[in-house]
Amino acid sequence: MRTVTAAESAPTTYPWAVHAQELRVKAGRHLAVDGLDLTLDTGVHGLLGPNGAGKTTLMRALATVVKPAGGKLTLLGEEVDARADLRRIRRGLGYLPQQFGFYPRFTLREFVEYMAWLKEMPKAEIPGAVQRAIDRTGLTAKAGARMKTLSGGMLRRAGIAQAIVNDPAVLLLDEPTVGLDPEQRLDFRDLLRAVGIDTCVLVSTHLVEDVVAACTDVIVLNEGRLVHQGTVDDLIAQGGEGDAGDSPAERGYSALLRRHRAEAAR
Amino acid sequence: MTKHLSRTLLARYADREAVLDEVTMWSVETHLEECADCRAQLAGGDALLDRVAAAVDLGIAAGPDPAPRRRSWTMRNRWLVWHLGPWLAMTVAVLGCAVLLQALEPRVPLVSLLAPVAPLPGVAIAWSRRHDPAWELIAGTPAAGLAMLLRRTAAVLVVVVPALALASSRTGTSLALALLPCLAFSAATIALGGFIGVYRAAVVLGVVWTLAVLVPAVVTVHVPAVVQPGASLGWALLTLILAGLVATRATSFRFSKE
Repeated sequence: MRTVTAAESAPTTYPWAVHAQELRVKAGRHLAVDGLDLTLDTGVHGLLGPNGAGKTTLMRALATVVKPAGGKLTLLGEEVDARADLRRIRRGLGYLPQQFGFYPRFTLREFVEYMAWLKEMPKAEIPGAVQRAIDRTGLTAKAGARMKTLSGGMLRRAGIAQAIVNDPAVLLLDEPTVGLDPEQRLDFRDLLRAVGIDTCVLVSTHLVEDVVAACTDVIVLNEGRLVHQGTVDDLIAQGGEGDAGDSPAERGYSALLRRHRAEAAR
Repeated sequence: MTKHLSRTLLARYADREAVLDEVTMWSVETHLEECADCRAQLAGGDALLDRVAAAVDLGIAAGPDPAPRRRSWTMRNRWLVWHLGPWLAMTVAVLGCAVLLQALEPRVPLVSLLAPVAPLPGVAIAWSRRHDPAWELIAGTPAAGLAMLLRRTAAVLVVVVPALALASSRTGTSLALALLPCLAFSAATIALGGFIGVYRAAVVLGVVWTLAVLVPAVVTVHVPAVVQPGASLGWALLTLILAGLVATRATSFRFSKE
């Protein structure tokens, strides 16, 4: 359980955890996020979109790994610009990149500890927080194993463990369910729901079922722009036809994309 | 005094709880002062200490193993060994070759010609997206930025500076002419890195120095002015100016350049 300090339970001074206006972010020379308006608060937000929609680039901008090329981005009440106190923002962030490597000789515990240290957590809190993060991701038995001996699904969970180790206010998970087997995916959804109670979680995924199962609302991106933001029911209400076996949400998602592409073509 | 104290008397003397009259106490103590045997008897007579020691040993053996002492700086710097080690080893090896070559051909001051570029491979690799598998993870943490860059550069210099000092003493090159250009180019890499990324900065500076100074000096067998003793002051000033520039531009390192 997360313990809430007095400072945390006091009213926060910022209205939104994430607020983007006309946000533009480049991936190399390509403008991958092009004029995005997005506001996120606590809860689990599913980020859907076809390949190349700008999901990963948006995640990297929100994680303050890339500098926005234009527009306005506010994280935890602080505008991300030339004068921003990035260290303060980053202490409140958790980020699981789509692809990440690590020094293979580190053990899982050392990896999470090292990340906790980089996130500038108080020294005395690190061992307890590391153990909690490892337990929550179901890796307790693997804490002493070297990173290079972990399987793909375990590495994914190790990535989630380092992302949540500092109890972030904004948690960014880029394709967290890739490589997880069905049972682990169910555990992960439980974890998401638990974390989402007091955290702004943005989960990018290509699996509509993950979104339906664990997210409080859905954001659909296409070609760097916001196509849709609403509840799962809103997505289902988009109607649309699909193949037999597609869930109503999947049909709604494809209908949304088709409509957006048709509008863009006109 | 040949007669020894009885075990019972010694036991009563050793027992804090037992009451012993003053005269007996006094005679026991007088005897103990002179008799090593009885002192030994008194010290070893009570098995309490042995029993306690045995019980403690047993408790330790039965309990869980002590947690290994965490040497956090070793952990934090272990990336250096695995990730940076080969590059630093190569740098040291090249400097070693330069010492040998300079011994064969003393007219070319190879050590001071290599001094500026010696730290560049290490500095370039220390914080580069291409070479650091954890780059993407670390770039979004509060520790990323100028402080991390300086820490990693320092780790490189900890190896390169002594290697250069050794090379300069072996070849008779002035220490200032070996170390100051090394520091100046490290500072220049970081300063330029604020604009174009440290990796690119190191490549640019390395290529420029090699083409403009190193190759012409080796080909024409003449000592360029920048590595002659009079240049030390210039290098020192350059180092200070570049370090100042880096300090004033600290904010440009907050977003990591790829």
